[in-house]
Parts: sequence; C-alpha cells; structure tokens
Amino acid sequence: MTATPLKSDRLKHQVPDNLGRFGIYGGKYVPETLMPALAELETAYAKYKVDPEFNEELNGLLKDYVGRANPLYFAERLTQHYARPDGTGAQIYLKREDLNHTGAHKINNALAQALLAIRMGKKRIIAETGAGQHGVATATVCARFGLECIIYMGVQDMERQKLNVFRMRLLGATVQPVTAGTGTLKDATSEAIRDWVTNVENTHYILGSVAGPHPYPMMVRDFHGVIGKETRHQCEEKWGGLPDILLACVGGGSNAMGLFHEFVSEESVRLIGVEAAGESVISGKHAATLTEGRPGVLHGAMSYLLQDTEGQVVEAHSISAGLDYPGVGPEHSYLKDTGRAEYHSVTDKEAVDALCKVSELEGIIPALETAHAFAYLDKLCPQLEGSPRIVINCSGRGDKDVNTIAKYLGNDDL
Amino acid sequence: MTIFRMTTTIVSVADRFQELKQQSQCALVPFITAGDPDLETTAKAIQVLAENGADMIELGVPYSDPLADGPTIQAAATRALAKGVKLEDVLAIVKEVSSKVSVPIILFTYYNPIYYRGVESFLELIKDAGVKGLVVPDLPLEEAEVLIEPAKAMGIEVTLLVAPTSSQERIKAISSKSQGFIYLVSVTGVTGMRTAMGTRVNELLVELHQETDKPVGVGFGISSPEQAKQVKEWGAEAVIVGSAFVKRLADGTPELGLKAIGEFCRSLKNAIS
Repeated sequence: MTATPLKSDRLKHQVPDNLGRFGIYGGKYVPETLMPALAELETAYAKYKVDPEFNEELNGLLKDYVGRANPLYFAERLTQHYARPDGTGAQIYLKREDLNHTGAHKINNALAQALLAIRMGKKRIIAETGAGQHGVATATVCARFGLECIIYMGVQDMERQKLNVFRMRLLGATVQPVTAGTGTLKDATSEAIRDWVTNVENTHYILGSVAGPHPYPMMVRDFHGVIGKETRHQCEEKWGGLPDILLACVGGGSNAMGLFHEFVSEESVRLIGVEAAGESVISGKHAATLTEGRPGVLHGAMSYLLQDTEGQVVEAHSISAGLDYPGVGPEHSYLKDTGRAEYHSVTDKEAVDALCKVSELEGIIPALETAHAFAYLDKLCPQLEGSPRIVINCSGRGDKDVNTIAKYLGNDDL
Repeated sequence: MTIFRMTTTIVSVADRFQELKQQSQCALVPFITAGDPDLETTAKAIQVLAENGADMIELGVPYSDPLADGPTIQAAATRALAKGVKLEDVLAIVKEVSSKVSVPIILFTYYNPIYYRGVESFLELIKDAGVKGLVVPDLPLEEAEVLIEPAKAMGIEVTLLVAPTSSQERIKAISSKSQGFIYLVSVTGVTGMRTAMGTRVNELLVELHQETDKPVGVGFGISSPEQAKQVKEWGAEAVIVGSAFVKRLADGTPELGLKAIGEFCRSLKNAIS
C-alpha cells in the first residue's frame, strides 16, 4: 500500500468504525459485566445525538449556563513576543475555554453526558478526576439536575488540587479518595470503573476524556466538538479562512480532540498536541505517552501506553494533575500513526515558565495543563515562516494551580 | 501420605470436568495470586491446595491495573509486583509444580501483558510451562477472537465470562465460544468476599445449562463452605473461590497461611462433595 491512498482513505472513512476502532486503537477491553451498559450507552447516544429536543436543551444550556460561544481572542502581546525583527511571525489566537462556567472545557462533555444519563433513567453519577476540573464540571451539572454525584480522585491529586476538592464538596458531591498506586488519575479511573462494574444498573459513568471503552472516545470527542465548530466560524469571521495551526495540550486528549475534530479533514491545517515531559523524558518521570509509549490496553481501550518490559503500566509524572496519566485517547494514537497530527512534549519547568509568561503578557493565568500548549510556542515559533495563524486551545484557567506553582517557585508561604 | 502422580498425566480443563462429571463431582477451583507473599509459598500453596481437594487451580498473574479485582486481590498483586514478580517467575513455578501435582493450572491474567509479548509468543511461553487454561477478565467476547483461535491451536483453553448483566443473546454467543468451561460471575461487581449469593446466579445457571452442555464454574464473591454448597445445589459444575484464599494465605507467616488455606480448601471440598 502506498502513502497516498492511505491518506485519502483516512479522509473518506469515518472513525471510529462500528466496533469502536480507530485503526487498531480503541475497542472495548472491559469486564463482561459492563458490556451491556456500553451497548446501552451506544444506543442512547446514537438516538439522542440526532434528537432535536435533546440538542435544543443542550445548546440552550451551553449558551445560557456554560456561557458559550466563548471568544477567539487575539493574543497581541504574546504575538509581539514571538515576532521577528521584521514584524513577521506567528499570529496567536486563544480559544477561550477557560471562560466557560467552572473554568475549563470539561463542562461541555459533563453537561451533555448528564442530559444523556437523565434520559437513560440513571440517577447516580460517578466520575474520575485528575486536576479536579472534570470533577468540578460533573459535580456542577449534577447539582444543576439534582443527581447523586461521586467523584473518584487520587489522594496525591486531592493534595495538589485542594481548591477543586473544596469546590466539589460545596457543590454537594462526594469526593472519594483513592489511595491505590500513586494516588493519581490512573488510579482514580480504575476505581471509578470498579464502581461502575458494581453499580452499573443505576449508575452512569461520566468519563472525562476521549479515553476508555467505545463509545466514550467518540462521544466525548463529539460533545467537545463544539470547540472546533465555534473556532471554524470565528476564524471565518475574523479573517475569512481557516487557521494554519491548532495547538493543544494532551493528557487523555479531550480538549485537543474537541478542537482538532472539526479540522481533521482540512489537510492544510497543522494539528499539534503537546504532552507533559515532566522532569524530562530521559529521567523517566514524565507523561509523554505518545512520544515514549507503545501500544497497549488501559482502561478499556487500546492506545499508546507507558509500560515496562513486562507490559505493566508504569506511573506517569507531571506537575499538572490533568496530564499525569500513562494512557491517551485512542484517536490521538490513530492521528499520530497516520501522520495527520504531530505530538511533542514540554517539561514541568517549561510549562511553569510559559504560565508565568502568559500571565504577565496577556493577563490570563492559564491552567498548568494548558500552559504545556503555550510552552511549545518557544520551540514552534522559530521554525515557522511568514505569519501563520495559530489557534491555541486555552483549555482552562489556572486559579486551581496557584498553590502548586507557588510551591514550585519556592514561595511556600502562600 | 501424598500420592505421587506423574506430570505427564495432567489433563486439559475440559477433560478434568469430564472425569468429575463421571464421578458426579462438583469441582473446586481455588484462586491464588502468584508471588504473594512470595514465589516459594506460591509453589507450596499449589501443592497444599491439590492435596486438600482442589480439582483445578486458578493462578493470578499480578498486574498493575486489575480492573476486575476488589481490594484483596488488588493488594496481593501490588505486593507481588513490589517484590519484582514477573511472568517468567510465575511460569517457572507452574513448571516446577507440574512435576508434583496433577491438577490443571488455569492462568488468570489481564490482556496488556499478553498483548505486549504478542499473542503467539505469550501462548508458547505458557504452553511450555504447562498451563492448561486461560482467563482474561478484560477481554470480552468481541475482543477475544484474537486469542481463542491461536490458543485452541496450541491446546490452551480460553474460558470466557458471563455476568449477571449479560443478555440472553450474549450468553448464547459466549457459551458457544468459551473453552473448557463457562465462568459465571456471580455478582454485578468486582472480585471479593460477600456474605450473600444473589438468586440471579440460580436463574443464570438454568439459562446456561439450557444453552450448552459445557460445564459452568461460578466465581466472584464466594467465601464460605455454605455459599459453595448453595452454588453446587443450584447446579454449578465448579465453585471458584479467590479472595478468601488470598486473604488467608497472606495472613501471618507463610507457614500459617499454608496451613489455613489447606484447612479452608478441605472444608470447601467437603461442603460440595
């Protein structure tokens, strides 16, 4: 097979296929107990995604409750910062998901899944959270609709994201500490899946990323697809064309898929995902799954995975709780292998530096996760010719991270 | 005194069930996590179980992310991994004990370690060690095809699981594909000790027996001789007990643990004999 037909096939074929496969990735690697629930979810999603009443309610709430559409903002001083002496250089725009209610993109998906759960007759909601943004978004929509809400969170993450733990509790959710493993997102996800296996008959699991078994990677991508759709419209309005480059951080990869999906078939648009290199890729203490991992199975899907020579999943490391995950959504693995998207990584230090820079230059404190996307500008901008338009998914705000940053910068007295 | 049995006589899982059927016996299948508290004790434990009425032994390969397991087996796996237990160590134990016991050994492992090595290489490794059956809890019917056929070609039986949530169509499809026996998960949940058996198990056993001639083993949540007896009376061909063994084996010194599992195994076997 030559490269050319593969490329055109890719553009013609919708992924995932009926079995939830993106190429070799995805699938449903779960205990039998969950298979009927996944089938039920698949059927419900297929029904309601084309249901006018469902979409009317969802779109109404996205507008009035979440505050969409959020702006596509021209980051003037950041653009100047990277400008060449002759005035050319990347034109940097931010898709302001940080301005959503609850402060991150996560609510797009949490809200839509809650509406789905209600229609499926499930009154108990569970979710996993790393940075706490998905947990807060889920707790928020559960409060809004009067649903019971249990959030699984690793103990290490509860420590570094104290503010979000308090927010979730204020919203009436039960935050269930997970002590297994390193007490981070991977362990919280495993525990949420175990809860779902046990309570599947009355419980819906609002998975927070484009990960997990089919139909989650597809469904979560579609629910975040509003990010890319708005971006396309806003680009059209601002300059009458497409963006040249899309840039987003990737942990599980939901904000990146939400932005990319609309543009995957637009071959002129360069798609770049940025992973967490932690202390450094060489140190082994990182979360650069697509850069350093190899295909494997975690949490119900086949995808790139950080694992040892025995096929045991290894612990990830990142200063950012939301990126501290040894797996990644299967569609990113597919986009990597087909060459449609490229993935790079930046270290904790580079991310913190970028966070400070964006705060000072734009008056926007991005989340540590989001800061990874910004940090890649240092490497990307010098390589670019002319003045291409870059859209960065400003996926979340950084209020939750001030303690972590202060500690990192040596200000322990905060 | 223990009767010494020749290694070459270890039969397949299906054949073992056939023998038991002729004797109108319900099989007892204890589960232990390999490498907990240590590999030496695992080897001894297999012998102790075989001497005390175990008809087959399910041996858990420790895994970092055991999604289908409750706290007891998770903790055992974590301890074993912390000691550096690897698949090759587990298989060395299987090879070692197969000269001393005649019970078929069924390996319980999650899919990623299989996929990482490659299905064919993995199967060759376990076949060489003398493993007879394979249970992969995160490989449902739809994903299991890649394993079932190559395993069959090598004489390894891949047993699939049926859950209380499985529909009739799924039960039918799983029954036809499952090798050796059908593993009926008795609870909607993960592994671990429970005090009561859902009556759904009874209904499912009836459903399964209408569907297939293959033996059915009931597991997840069985922790007492009374429960084992109940499950046998409902018509199960095998009773699978895991966490209750793992907990006893890990309690106190290895010697005490081995003594405890021997006695427990005997009490379970008596309850279903």
